[in-house]
Amino acid sequence: MNGFVDRLLGRVRLGGWLAVAAPVIAVVFAVLITSVVLLIAGKDPVEAFTTLADYGTQPRSMAMTLNTGVMYYISALAVAVGFRMNLFNIGVDGQYRLAAVVAAAVGGAAVVPGVLNIVLVVVSAVVVGALWAAIAGLLRVYRGVSEVISTIMLNAIATGLGSWLVSEHFGVLTGNDLGTRPIPDDAHMPGIPLIAGTPVLVNGFIVVAVLLGVAYWVVLNRTRFGFELRATGKSESAAVASGVSVKKMIVVTMVISGAVAGLIGMPELLGASYKYSNNFPTDLGFTGIAIALLGRNNPVGMAIGALLWSFLYNSSNQLQLLDIPKEIVQIMQGVVVLSVIIAYELVHRYRMVAEQRRVGRQLAAPQEAPKTEAAA
Amino acid sequence: MKILYGMQRPDEGEIRVEGKPVGFHTPADAIDAGIGMVHQHFMLADNLTVLENVVLGSEPRRGGVALDFGAARKKIKEISDAYGLGVRPDVPVEDLGVGDRQRVEILKVLYRGARILILDEPTAVLVPHEVEELFDNLRGLVREGLTILFISHKLDEVLRVADEITVIRRGTTVATVDPQEVTSRKLAELMVGSELPSPETRESTVTDVVALSVRDLTVRTGDGRPVVENVSFDIRKGEVLGIAGVEGNGQAELVEAIMGMRPCEVATLTLGGADISRWPTLKRRAGGIGYIPEDRHRHGLLLESPLWENRILGHQTRKPNIKGPWIDRAGARADTRRIVEEYDVRTPGIDVDAATLSGGNQQKLIVGREMSGDPVLLIASHPTRGVDIGAQAAIWDHLRTARAAGLAVLLISADLDELIGLSDTLKVILRGRIVADVDPANVTPEQLGSAMTGAGEGV
Repeated sequence: MNGFVDRLLGRVRLGGWLAVAAPVIAVVFAVLITSVVLLIAGKDPVEAFTTLADYGTQPRSMAMTLNTGVMYYISALAVAVGFRMNLFNIGVDGQYRLAAVVAAAVGGAAVVPGVLNIVLVVVSAVVVGALWAAIAGLLRVYRGVSEVISTIMLNAIATGLGSWLVSEHFGVLTGNDLGTRPIPDDAHMPGIPLIAGTPVLVNGFIVVAVLLGVAYWVVLNRTRFGFELRATGKSESAAVASGVSVKKMIVVTMVISGAVAGLIGMPELLGASYKYSNNFPTDLGFTGIAIALLGRNNPVGMAIGALLWSFLYNSSNQLQLLDIPKEIVQIMQGVVVLSVIIAYELVHRYRMVAEQRRVGRQLAAPQEAPKTEAAA
Repeated sequence: MKILYGMQRPDEGEIRVEGKPVGFHTPADAIDAGIGMVHQHFMLADNLTVLENVVLGSEPRRGGVALDFGAARKKIKEISDAYGLGVRPDVPVEDLGVGDRQRVEILKVLYRGARILILDEPTAVLVPHEVEELFDNLRGLVREGLTILFISHKLDEVLRVADEITVIRRGTTVATVDPQEVTSRKLAELMVGSELPSPETRESTVTDVVALSVRDLTVRTGDGRPVVENVSFDIRKGEVLGIAGVEGNGQAELVEAIMGMRPCEVATLTLGGADISRWPTLKRRAGGIGYIPEDRHRHGLLLESPLWENRILGHQTRKPNIKGPWIDRAGARADTRRIVEEYDVRTPGIDVDAATLSGGNQQKLIVGREMSGDPVLLIASHPTRGVDIGAQAAIWDHLRTARAAGLAVLLISADLDELIGLSDTLKVILRGRIVADVDPANVTPEQLGSAMTGAGEGV
C-alpha cells in the first residue's frame, strides 16, 4: 500500500504524454459522472455545462476565478511541501486563520506607514503560521505524536484562540460585524487590471503566488535541501542510512509548510476585506489538501487544479439560476478528485509495466540471436 | 517463480500441472492447483503459536463460526509425522530457531494440500547443520511422492539435493543437466556463461596503518538489553575484516552503530585517527565511510527515483553531486554514467527508476556509488546477497581491487565461502559478542559454522 500512497502524493513521476493523459481522462470521467447525477436530478446536463462554459469565459468571472484561485494555490503549496515528505499537515487551515487574525491586528494598529505596513503584516502572518505549525513538528519529533492528530487538534484550538483574540483584544464593532481594526488605505495591496473588459481587478498577490510556485519547484528539485526532503518522503530508512537527519527535516518542513500557510489569508486581508471578521473565508486549508492531491504536488498541476476548483466554486451561484442546487458543484469537485486519483493509479500501473518490459527488452536484445539459434 | 505462484502473469507460454494446462491469477489459484511456496523471508506471526500460524487464512470451522483447533492440531500432527518434520504445534513461533521456523513454513504449505513445493533460497538463513536437517526433510518429502522446486545460488547444495538441475541465466533456460554427470565447476560455468569466479584473495595487502579502531562498543535495545556487547577491533588499510555469525546476532546493530544510525556506548571509535563517535551519519560518510547496506531496498536505494538521483543518495554533500546548496545535475549524471560504465550496471539509461533493475545491477550501482569519493573504510553488509553469480564475481573483483589500493573493508556476510575467501582476518560474533578469532587461511566452512552456533567455541 505504501507504493499507492507514494503515487497518491505524487512522489512518483509520470513521464511524457502519460502525465497529461491522466488528468484529461479524469476530467472527462468527472463530466460523465456529473451528467449522470444531473440526469437523475432531472436536469439537462448539456444546458448546465453550456451555462458553465458561458459563465467561465466572461471577463468578470475569469478575474474572480483568478482571485479565489490565488488563495487556493498558496494553500495547496503549503500542503504539498509536507506531502512531498510524507508529512500530512492537516493543520494548514488553523495556521492560516490564526496567522490572519494576528496579522490583521498588527496591520490595523498601523505602527508603520504604507508599504512597510504591508511587509509587516505579511511577515507577522508568516511567523505566526510557522510557529503554530512548529508545535506539531516538535510534538512529532520529541513525543512521537502523529502530525495528523496534532494538527487537527491545533485547528480546533486555533479556531478558539482566534475568536477569543478578536472578541476580547483586537475586536471593534462596526454595525453588527465584530472584526479587527481595518488596515489603513495606504497599506492596501494594489490590484492588477490583468483581464480586459471588466472593472474587477486581479489581486496583487497573484505575483506572490507565482513566485512561490517557482520557488517551490526550484527548492525541491534543484537544492540539496529539496533532495533530502524528497528522499525522506520516498524512503525514510534510506534517508537515515544516507545521513539525512529526519528529525530536523520534520521540524523544518513543518515550519516551511506553516510559513506558506500563513500567506493564504493575505490576498483576502490586504486585497479585499482589510480586516479579519466573521466573514473571513474558512476551510481554505482543506481545499488546499484537495488541490494538492488533484495537482499531484506538481506546481503547474496545482495551479490548474486551483483554477478549476475556483471556477467551479464561483460558478455554483450561476447554476442556481438554472435551479441546479449548489451541492451539485460540490459533488463534481469530489468526483474530480476521486477520478484523478484513480486515473493516475491506472496510468501509473500501465507505465510501470511498460517500463519494466522496455528495460527487459533492451537488455535481452543482445541475447536474442543465440536463443533463436538454439531453438532452430 | 512468481509466475508459478500466481503472483505475476506470464506474457506467453503455458503452465501444465500433471499434464493439464492451468492459468493462475492469484496465489490462491496456485494453491488450489497444489503448488505451495516457501518464501525466503518467513511469513510468520511471531506472537502466535505454530498451530495458529499454520491455520491462519484457512481456519477449520466448526458449526460455521467456532474454530476447530482440535482437528487442526490432529492434521498438523499427521503431516508432521508423515514427513518427519517434528513440528510441535503449541509452541509460540518467537521461541523457535530459524530451522524450526522454516519447517513450520513448509508445514503451512503442506497443510493447504500442496503437492508441489517451491523453495526460494531456503538455505540462505541456515547454518550448515540446519541445512543438513533441511535436506533430510526434503528427501523425506520426495519419498512421499511430493515434487520440490529448489531455487538456490549455492551449487554444492543443488548438486547434493536435486534429481535434475535446470540452469537459468537472465530469465532464459540455459541447460538442464543430471547432477550425477556434472561437476560444480561445470555448473557454475553454465550459470556465469564464462570463466568461474572465486572469492580467493591472493597475496596479503594489509598495511600497519589503522583505518578504523573500535573499542568496547555496546548497543542496547530500548529496554536496556545489550544486542552488541563490548565489541573491539581494528581494521588496517588494505585489510578485509570479516564478521561471521548467524544472522540476528548483532551484526546489523554493529554496522548501524558504526554508521551513526543507532545510539551506542563506545570507548573509542576512530576513523583514520579522528574521533568520530559523536559525528552524525552524514559527517561519517563524508569522512570516508562507504556503506553497502544489508537491505538495499530499505537502506540503499530510492526505488522509484532515477539512477542518477540514487547516485546522489548518501553523497549529497560532496562533489560531483552538488555545487554549494544546489544539486549539480550535470555532474551527478555524468558520474552516474561513469559508474554504469565501470561497474557494468546493465541498464538502458540513467533515467530509469532503480526499481526496474535486477537485484545484481542495483547492487553494482550501490557498490560503484560507495566506492566513489575515495572512501577510507567500506562497510559491506552481505554485498552479494541475492545477486546472480556474474554480479557476485564482479563485486568480489571490485572489493579486491579496492583492498589492494589500501581500502579497509568491514565485511559482514552469511556466505561462509565469501567470508573465508575474501577476509584477511575473521571474527565470529555470537549473541552480540566476539567469541572467536579465526584464521581464514585454514578454516573450513563446517568449523566456522559450528563456531557461529556456539557448538565449538575456540576453533
